[in-house]
Amino acid sequence: MSLINHRFRGPWTLFKKEILRFWRVSFQTVAAPVMTALLYLLIFSHVLGGRVEVYPGVAYTVFLIPGLIMMSVLQNAFANSSSSLIQSKVMGSIIFVLLTPLSYLEFFLAFLAASIVRGLVVGLSIYLVAICFIDLPVVHPLFILAFAFFGSGMLGAFGIIAGLWAEKFDQMAAFQNFVIMPLSFLSGVFYSIHSLPPFWQKISHLNPFFYMIDGFRYGFFGQGDISAWFSLSVVVGSFIALSLVTISMLKAGYKLRG
Amino acid sequence: MTTAIKIEQVHKQFGALHALNGVDLTIEQGEFFALLGPNGAGKSTLINLLAGLLRPTSGNLSVMGHDVMAKYRQARHALGVVPQELVFDPFFNVREMLRFQAGYFGKGPENDPWIDEVIESLCLTDKRNTNMRRLSGGMKRRALIAQALAHKPPVIVLDEPTAGVDVELRYMLWEFIKRLNREGHTIILTTHYLEEAETLCSRVALLKQGEVIALDSTKNLLASIPGKKLRLKLSGALPAKLTEMVRHQDQHDYTLSLNAINQVEYVLAELRSANVLVEDMQLIEPDLEDVFVDLMGRA
Repeated sequence: MSLINHRFRGPWTLFKKEILRFWRVSFQTVAAPVMTALLYLLIFSHVLGGRVEVYPGVAYTVFLIPGLIMMSVLQNAFANSSSSLIQSKVMGSIIFVLLTPLSYLEFFLAFLAASIVRGLVVGLSIYLVAICFIDLPVVHPLFILAFAFFGSGMLGAFGIIAGLWAEKFDQMAAFQNFVIMPLSFLSGVFYSIHSLPPFWQKISHLNPFFYMIDGFRYGFFGQGDISAWFSLSVVVGSFIALSLVTISMLKAGYKLRG
Repeated sequence: MTTAIKIEQVHKQFGALHALNGVDLTIEQGEFFALLGPNGAGKSTLINLLAGLLRPTSGNLSVMGHDVMAKYRQARHALGVVPQELVFDPFFNVREMLRFQAGYFGKGPENDPWIDEVIESLCLTDKRNTNMRRLSGGMKRRALIAQALAHKPPVIVLDEPTAGVDVELRYMLWEFIKRLNREGHTIILTTHYLEEAETLCSRVALLKQGEVIALDSTKNLLASIPGKKLRLKLSGALPAKLTEMVRHQDQHDYTLSLNAINQVEYVLAELRSANVLVEDMQLIEPDLEDVFVDLMGRA
């Protein structure tokens, strides 16, 4: 007897298809981001290792790893839902899902869950490779899991919004390069915001990626730039807000049903 | 018995464009129905409304008694749509795609024998493990039909299913669709091949500029065109007296419209008196194309 109830088989199938979609091209979707993160680690630790100590007693290379993991988690969660949607819209295969009895909520949950899985798979892969070479402490594992889950969920929802909005690959590339990349690079992945001038520190507080990176890092070292609980509440709040926006867009059939 | 499709006073506007203008249509279960009309008549808009890809500006549509908006889950369960464009998902093979498609409708492994049956019926068995992007155009068309059937819908809409396919495949698809109809599926077909509609469909709706301008059985529509056509291949030019009967001309090949069969004698007499020899001659019954041209011209 099948484990999946008839009622849940529709969204489960869409989730499974979305997982298989990225797994079929895992060199591009998993191996490549792991390689990129490791190159960042190699280069930045070579250039700055030994010269910079962000937290007392934490080497720069070690400091860098959680930020790189989280940045990759976020970028890949975004890439999963956004690329799947834009591809199927441009190629027309989105029709196969739109013709089915799946509700807008089931559509959302399937795409969101697949994005979270991809984000976590990439993050876990970077972590596993990194700990082969570097001793990385884990002080609050539940914070690590919570930030990884809600962070990838938030970017998964953001990816659905971008995928719905974009009508061509060019628009999606603009979204990725002018929104996602600056927000992730200016979030404190490579530095503590305390090293910034006061004005830029304030600006950093407007960047939701900063809270995800800082809270995630807190889970490893037990120290961060701001309270981890505050960061978590910002991330969960942002996740809920973006999810509501996404759900309302799907309910309205925004750029899907005329 | 519940009607397969019921469309009541459906309007659809895209900005200033009135794509559908008060369409009423009822299709009974088990019918083989043709939806005809020139490009831009509103055929695809109507299909998209039935499938839930578009929302009506006003009016109601139902599939097997289920409103496509209020009871969309049940309506979509009852409907299989073969889209006009050759769309496909490049990540998966034929069988995977069919299993996913059935899965979206809540069907699990218990549906696999049906999927294998559809694959076999459409001669896709050799290609079942082939990635969709590696299929030829004809194979992709078959896979699209298979996808629409994956959840065993009682009503099947085929939007130009034979557009761009070779003659052999067209006949194979015709036989397959006829079989589906014999097995009890309601078939709604849009096509540009009027011969196809005439051969397959028992009832026809003609759409023009978003309105149904004719809705009748194929037999009645054909009977509505009086007379026949006479195709002639002549040794010289057609006598002047007969030129008003010409419907089509290609050098010395003429197609004449006859109001009644006894006009044949008149035509032949005129040719004889003008010393024009008949090299070939064919008497043709009116077809759906004549009905189409006649109604489009009148409406």
